[in-house]
Order: sequence, then C-alpha cells, then structure tokens
Amino acid sequence: MDDKIVTQGLNAYFGDVHAIKGIDIHIPSNAITAIIGPSGCGKSTLIRCMNRMHEVMRGARVTGKVLLDGQDIYSSQMDPVLVRTKVGMVFQKPNPFPTMSIYDNVVAGMRLNGERNWRKLDAVVERSLKLAALWDEVKHQLDASGVSISGGQQQRLCIARALAVEPEALLLDEPCSALDPIATAKIEDLLFDLKDKYTIVIVTHNMQQAARVADFTAFMYLGELVEFGVTKKVFENPDKELTEKYITGRFG
Amino acid sequence: MAKRKGLRSRRRPPRFGGDLVFEYSVMGAATLTLALVWLLVVRMVFDSQASIERFGFGFLSGGVWDPNRDVYGALPFIFGTLLTTGIAVLIGVPLSIGIAVYLSELAPPWLRGPLSSVVELLAAVPSVIYGLWAMYTLRPVMVNSVEPFLKSLLGWTPLFQGDPVGLDKFTAGIILAIMIIPTIASVSKEAMMAVPESQREAALSLGATRYETTRMAVLSYARSGIFGACILGLGRAVGETMAVTMTIGNANKISWSLLDPGQTMASLIANNWGEAQGLQLSALIEVGLVLFAVALAVNIFARLMVGRFMKNIPATGGGL
Ligand SMILES: Nc1ncnc2c1ncn2[C@@H]1O[C@H](COP(=O)(O)OP(=O)(O)OP(=O)(O)O)[C@@H](O)[C@H]1O
Ligand SMILES: [Mg+2]
Repeated sequence: MDDKIVTQGLNAYFGDVHAIKGIDIHIPSNAITAIIGPSGCGKSTLIRCMNRMHEVMRGARVTGKVLLDGQDIYSSQMDPVLVRTKVGMVFQKPNPFPTMSIYDNVVAGMRLNGERNWRKLDAVVERSLKLAALWDEVKHQLDASGVSISGGQQQRLCIARALAVEPEALLLDEPCSALDPIATAKIEDLLFDLKDKYTIVIVTHNMQQAARVADFTAFMYLGELVEFGVTKKVFENPDKELTEKYITGRFG
Repeated sequence: MAKRKGLRSRRRPPRFGGDLVFEYSVMGAATLTLALVWLLVVRMVFDSQASIERFGFGFLSGGVWDPNRDVYGALPFIFGTLLTTGIAVLIGVPLSIGIAVYLSELAPPWLRGPLSSVVELLAAVPSVIYGLWAMYTLRPVMVNSVEPFLKSLLGWTPLFQGDPVGLDKFTAGIILAIMIIPTIASVSKEAMMAVPESQREAALSLGATRYETTRMAVLSYARSGIFGACILGLGRAVGETMAVTMTIGNANKISWSLLDPGQTMASLIANNWGEAQGLQLSALIEVGLVLFAVALAVNIFARLMVGRFMKNIPATGGGL
C-alpha cells in the first residue's frame, strides 16, 4: 500500500514551545488513521503540519519534511494554497461562516475556485450534506445562517464544507466531540464510505471510536510518536508499555 | 446614631452619611448633562422660532440666502454638507479599510502597534491644524496638479466646470476625507482584530489565498463594525467646521461643479453668527437645528451598529 503523507524528522514549535519532536509517520492511502494520546500531546499540531495550517499561527514554526505523494509540501516551490485544497481539514471547534447561509457555507470552497454553475453547486450541496449526515435536518432551511443550527450540526456542516472541495486527504480533529451517538455513528459510516476515495486522518479521544473506524492507529505522548501500527495490534498487543497503559486507562 | 450592622449590610447600597452625599452629587452631575442637552434643544427651537414661523418647511428647500432681502433658505448648505461629506466618504472609506486590513491582517507585529498608535493620534489632531495644512500644502497641489488633471479628464461632466482655484468643495471634501480616515481606520481595525482566528483558518483550509481569506472570513464577519466605523466617520464629516470653512470658499449658492466654492451648514454658522441679527440670526440657528438633527441621527445609528460588535468605541472626534 502506498503512503499518502509521510513526515520525516518533523518538528513544530510555538515560539519557544517545542510541540512536535522529530516525528516520522507514514499515513497510508485510502485508509483511516487514528491519532490518539492525552490532551496537549500534540495531536492537533501534528495534523496541522500536514496541510500547512500550523504556520498561520503567530510565532509558529515547522522544520523537517512532510511528503504528500512524495513531494515535500514545505519546499519553496510548493504553494500552501494548493496543498490545502488537496488536504482538507475539519477543526476541533466548529467554525462555519456566520454571515453565510448553510448553502453558501458548503459551496464556499467551490466558489473560491470560480464555480458559478448553480446546477453543479446545488448538486454538490445536496451530495456533501448527505455525506455529512446533515441533509435531512437542514434541507428546508438552506438559506438560514451557518450558525443558526446546533453545535453538532455546525460540525457536520464543516465536514460537508470540507468534502465539497473534494480533497485527496481529509484531516479531522476530534470531529465527533460535540456529537450525539447517532450523529457520531453517521460520521463513522461516512468515514468508512470515504475511505475508498480519500485518505483520512482522525484525531480522537474516544478509544472505542479509534478501534471501530481506524485501520491504523498512532499513539502520541509529549510531542513524540510512541507507537504506530495496525489498529488491532496497537489495541490488543502494543509494543510499548506506555501505549498499553494509555489504552487500558491505567495512565499517569 | 451608631449604626453597626457591620459587614452584613454591605450587600445593599448604604443609604447614609458620606455615601448619600456621594450618590446625590454623582446623580446631580448626570442629571445636569441631561438638562444641558434639553436646554440646548429648547433654546435652539425657541431662538429659531421667528425663522420657523416665517419660512416653515420651505426653509429646507429654499435656495436663496439673502440678508438684504431678509430671505433665507437652507438648501445650499444642506447640499454643500451632503456633497462634501459624500466626497469625503467616497475617498476616505476605501483608503481607511485598506489601512485597517493592512494593520489587522498583514502588518508584522512590530509595526502594527506603532502604526496603529500613529493612526489613532491623527484622529486627535485639532481640525484647525488640518485646515492650515490644507490651505498651505494641499491647496497649491490641488490648484497646480490635481484639479487641472481632473478637469482635462472629466471636464465634460457638470462636476468639473470652472477654473481651478483650490478653495472649493473638492478641496474641502479631500481634507474631510483625510480627517475621517483615522477614525474609520482605527475602529475598523478593532472590528477586524475581533474576528476569531478560527474564521481565518476555516477559509485558509478551503484553499483561500490571503486576499480571499480577508474578504471571506474577515471583512464579512466584521462588516457591522466596519459599517459603524464608516458612520462614525460620516458623523465627523457632517459636523466638521473649521477645516471646511478654511477650504470651501464660502459661497452661498448651489452649484454642481466641485471646482466651485460652496458652503456647508457648520461653516455657514461659523462664518455668519458674528454679524447676524434678527431674522438672519434666527435662520442661522434653525440651520444649526437641522445640523444637530442630522449629526445626532448619524451618531445614534453608528452607535447602534458598532455596539452590536464592540463593547466600547475608541474615543474619536465624533463630529458633534
Ligand atoms: N497557541 C499555542 N501557543 C503556544 N503553545 C501551544 C499553542 N497551542 C498548543 N500549544 C502547545 O502545544 C502542545 C500541543 O498542543 P496540541 O493542541 O497539538 O495538543 P492536542 O494533542 O491536540 O491536545 P487536545 O487533545 O487537548 O486537543 C501543547 O502542549 C501546548 O503546550
Ligand atoms: Mg487538539
């Protein structure tokens, strides 16, 4: 199996804070990779390095390489805008555009690419919202503001918005933390469906979720990658004692 | 009289001794302000009574201001105020938003602070200074380059007729634009800086460029605040007196050419109150009443708009 995203000696800093310490990880194509680890271990920072979102923060720095299909996204020839259209992201906190309608939120990325054909846009809105398990709830209020819906619905709207631009890889930062079990199950189904076409990286605090959906699991601790492997192996027979402690909840 | 309820009575406002004096004196000061505004309005209505009775609503549409015949109409000055304010807003708003975008989105941190302070400082420069600068620095530039150029380019429109003299509605509009830029730019900057980082990240993650992120995430999110900032600037332009008097040429007539001198409401009052008597004085005060109403409406509107987005509006010359 090919690797979609590979990091080589990746370090990330917030000013003086060294948040990611020399990580080498291989994210396989057309699979779901879960990243787990205690709060503050650098999960969000790691995936933000994978679509050049880390550097937009003030004082943030990245060293090392991140290869997307073998090409270093941090090389000077790479346009970060292009990288971000190929690698989409759903953030930890829902962030729909409040001044846009639900419809406009979904097609915001397509409009950036100059798409004006409303038939196409209509079709994308319906398809993306259905994929994100939100269509039935909002199909009669597509003109309502993007923030007029509940937090969980907003998060699914953000997922739909990221899917609408058809990225090659999708990075999800705890997408289900604000969702009820039914919506969570729908999102997990969605990830399963998407895996044929996309490469998916999901950060989660929910062990069961990682065990359910992920093909591969990475365990991080204090900015380092402790263990990476096939999910079943990581959960049932981890190589490191730290991983086992974390997974069985005997941590700290 | 020794009331020793001690700590327990702290929760309710104490109603005795020094506290009572303090409470009443503060309340008195507040009431005084209200009374002052009320007295101002009553006095203005009272003093403009003669003019109001004589001209009625025709005062607002009358185009003649002739002390010899004792005929007074405010239209040329309403026209002049609206026109110069219009020029100021047309030129000032895009520049201000550009400055605000630079300060909030693009400027490196070490430059942002000092530059913002300078912009805010410009809002505090007395208008007579702007007036002097306009007369001695801006006017020659207008007469020698800007106005001849515009005349050669747009001379066929009614807006650029007559010879460039430099003391005209256009120069007044430009100096007003320069005066409202600091206000609009600094309030807009505050509104843009209040946009959550997550909004910018949302746009960036969809593949937006820096420009697209600003348009999609920042300007639209902050639009109420920016709109309020513009109205604040408008308020200042409407009420500005000194700098306009010094540059507008003071002609009590309506003319569409920006290169002709004109007159605004504020500038008319400043120019004429000294020698005005009888009906003319009454008419002047009625002009003041109209100006007061316009400026008040603009300010209330601005406060409503900005208040939705920001708790406190930075202190700026508000035009009243
Ligand atoms: N804006 C910031 N400024 C400075 N340091 C930061 C910032 N954000 C994160 N950090 C540091 O980077 C480290 C990793 O943060 P990160 O957000 O990646 O953790 P996380 O694993 O996603 O945690 P959580 O599960 O709580 O979301 C943290 O320990 C924190 O100290
Ligand atoms: Mg996180």
